[in-house]
Formats: sequence, C-alpha cells, structure tokens
Amino acid sequence: MADFSSGFWDLYVAGFTAFGLLLCLVLMFANRGTQSSGAPQMKGHVWDETLKEYNNPLPRWWFYLFLGTVVFSVAYLVIYPGFGSMNSTPGKDKGLRVEHAKEVKDAQTLDKYLSVNLATLATDKNAMATGQRLFVTYCAQCHGSSGKGSKGYPDLTDNDWLYGGDPETIKTSIEGGRSGMMAPFGTGEPLNSDQVKDLANYVRSLSGLSADSARAAQGKEVFAARCVTCHGQDGKGALAMGAGALGAPDLTDKVWLFGDSEETIIEGITKGRNAGPGSLANEMPAWKDFLGDAKVHVLAAYVYSLSK
Amino acid sequence: MAQSKHEAIERSVFLLIVLTLLTVSVGGLVQIVPLFFQTSTTTAVGDQGQPIDVKPYDALSVAGRYVYIREGCYLCHSQQIRPFRAETERYGHFSVAGEFIYDHPFQWGSKRTGPDLARIGGRRDDGWHRKHMLNPRDVVPESIMPAYPWLDRPISINVGDHMKALRVVGLPYTDDQIANAATAVSGKTELDALIAYLQGLGLAFPSNAPK
Repeated sequence: MADFSSGFWDLYVAGFTAFGLLLCLVLMFANRGTQSSGAPQMKGHVWDETLKEYNNPLPRWWFYLFLGTVVFSVAYLVIYPGFGSMNSTPGKDKGLRVEHAKEVKDAQTLDKYLSVNLATLATDKNAMATGQRLFVTYCAQCHGSSGKGSKGYPDLTDNDWLYGGDPETIKTSIEGGRSGMMAPFGTGEPLNSDQVKDLANYVRSLSGLSADSARAAQGKEVFAARCVTCHGQDGKGALAMGAGALGAPDLTDKVWLFGDSEETIIEGITKGRNAGPGSLANEMPAWKDFLGDAKVHVLAAYVYSLSK
Repeated sequence: MAQSKHEAIERSVFLLIVLTLLTVSVGGLVQIVPLFFQTSTTTAVGDQGQPIDVKPYDALSVAGRYVYIREGCYLCHSQQIRPFRAETERYGHFSVAGEFIYDHPFQWGSKRTGPDLARIGGRRDDGWHRKHMLNPRDVVPESIMPAYPWLDRPISINVGDHMKALRVVGLPYTDDQIANAATAVSGKTELDALIAYLQGLGLAFPSNAPK
C-alpha cells in the first residue's frame, strides 16, 4: 500500500490516527471522576420549567470498556496496516488479495482432469456434471443452455461440425476461437445480384430444397468458378476436403447455421459471414486466456459428449 | 468553568455548526483525501503495482458510453468485479481502481439484475451484441432484459463536445482527436457505438489465471 505520491501523506494519515487515539484518552482522562459522596451535583440547566440534569460521572463499566477499545485499536494498528504506510507484522497481512489468491489456488480441483484423455473424460460422470455447469456459465449465452445453438450459433448436439468434431479439434476451437472466412461476394464485386440469386438457388438445390431449376443451372457455373475452393466441387464443405480450418459448411446437408431460406442464403453470399461491415458475423471468441487450461479441457470433453 | 464552555457552544448556533462540521469532516479527511494521492488509485496500475493497459475511450466509444448512461444500463448491470472466487470465476480478474482512471463518471453501478459487464470486452462477437440488443430473447431465450430496437439509428450527439467536456475532467484528448470526432462516428449507429464501448471494457486483464 505504500504508494502515496509523497511521504507527506504517510505522516498525514499517521498523524490523524495518533491524534484521534490521543483525543480519546484525553476525553477519558477529563471524565475520570468517581461518584462523590453527598448530594449529587447538578449541571445547572433548567428546561421546561422543572427539568434538571445530574452531573454524574460515567459508569465504571462503560469507562473501562472505552479504554479497552483504545488498547484494542493500538494492537490492531500493530498487527494490521493502517498507521500510514507502516507495514503490518510480517505474516499477518491477510488482505483480500492474499485471501483471494489462496482461495483460487485451493480451487484448482479441475487440474486433475488435465491428464485424462478427452474421449475418456467425456464418459466421466462427475467431470461432465462439472462441464455442464461450466457450459451454462460461459457458453450458454450463444450456444443455448442445452447446447442446441441458435441462428448464427452452431448446434453442438447434432454431430455436424464446421471445423471438426474430434475432441482435440473441439479443444482448439474453444482455446483459440474461430472466425468465419466467408467473404462478401455481392457488394458490387465480383457478383451481381442476379448471379447471387442464381447461386442461392443452386445452393438450395444441393440439399434438395425447392429451387428454380433454370437459375440453379446458371448458379452451378458461378459455384464452380467462385465457391469450390472452400466448399468443394460437390459442395460438401471444407471438412470433407480435409481442410477443416476453413470452416466452410457442407451445403448438401439439412443443417443451416443462419437458415435455409433463399433470402438468408442471398444475404450470406452478398455480405459474407466474416464479420465485415454489415455482415452477420460467424465468430467464436478465444477462451484460453480467460478460462485457463483445465476448464477448457473439461469443456471440450463436455461439448464432445453432447454429440455422442 | 466547564459549564460555561458547554453553554457557549450550545447557545451559539453558528459555533455549533462549525464545530460539528469540523468533527464530522475528520473521517473524510483521513479516509478519502489521501486516495487522491495514491498511485494505485490515480494511475493505470494493477493490484500489484504492475502497469496495465488502459486507454482513453475513442470517439465511437465515447458515444457508446453516452448511450449506455442514457439508457440506464447501470441500473441493472454493474461494472465492478469483487475479489471473491465466485465472481472472478464467472467474470474474470477482479476490478482494480487503476482501470477506471478514464471513467467520468464511473459506471460501477450498485445492482446486478443482469450480469456484471466489467470484462465483457471480447467475450462475445459484435453480431451477438447486435442481435442481443435488438431482442435479447433471440440469443438467450431465458433473458429478462428489455429490447432496445430504437438504438439502430444514427448517433445524434456531438461527440466532439463530449470529448471536450471529458478533457476538462482530465482525459488527454488532443485538439485533433476532438476535431475528427464527428468524422470518426459518421455513418455509425448508436448500436455500433454501444457495441464498440462494450467491446473495449475490461481488456486490461484478459487472463484469469491465478498469480
């Protein structure tokens, strides 16, 4: 605590403290009198015609109790810091920071799971109960309390993965986060709105949704020219090509992160899904720094267990 | 003799007021005044005296902070994490005085109907905040937070004036920054501003690891 901008403030605080204690003692000294024999003394005031005040000394028990508090405060100042920047007795400083650090350290009970393989951990009932609590605290805001996600936030229970569903990849996703890479294709360059509509129809046809077949045929050419790098020739996504880090979804299945309407697909193609200006982002924050290894480990196993 | 002093004080209202004020001001003089001369409360340092990264709000965040205050967010959200394990596990490193040196006034709040926001920066993506502000139930079905759909409108305040005022109370804005404030927020909505403000909160302590 010795971080005053000048030594004056140490003296200032210490001075006021000492002065206060001294004042208490002086006050006590001035009131040290005991009951004298004979008629009680009067204060001399008279109120409301007849009310008068005795000038009795303080009760003894009260007087000594007060002296006791003064002695107590001197002892307190020796043991705990309070007298300016004077240090406390070594080893006695149980400031909140010290207490908190100890408390947190004592609570590293999750560390024991770190050595357990993720797939094995996913079958550990106790660990998964903990994992569920962690999930509700840190993940439910986006993925929902049951892990079923919502628009833009993946369902973690359906065993359909953007970046990969093996335990280690899940852990990587939690640790470092993920950022959608889908660039905007329709804001001016390189596609016009007609081509985007063609493309959307083709994409819908891939998963068997109703689509304008003429537009879909045109869209297929656009797809071959623009989309195959990430989504693959057959539209089965980056994971199917072994390039899970791209995160490009399988367009042939029934799972749609943002929705399967033509409108939504057009929005995705036009504005992209890479957190660019105006686009609905597709972003998972990194959690490693905040949560630490042990919690991430348990959470990864829990998320893995959700889809089992 | 003692009696007459007693009487002199009690019979003079002015003297009684002056002496009473002197007496009650001792507590403040001892406990509050020295805080203005402590490095841990007036400079950007952490709980162990280490320098921490705290910056004055940029123009967009100043506008966002204005929206935060105007909409009364502080009534339900605190911005102060206490040094208890239950809090630091959920929200992150406890708050330290040095983090608030550019907050005039601070937004510590006193009630948590919603969660603490002291370390909300970077915990969600911008899109989440956008959806959440327009209708919280879209992302958190259990939420009881009101929707703020009207925030999706252009910033109407003169941010430069706000920065000028903040400079008076000690924020180190340059004339250039103030002159360019309007440009910096042009085309942005109140929602953009609020999100920019939230995303900057609490970044001084990204790690929650015990030291």
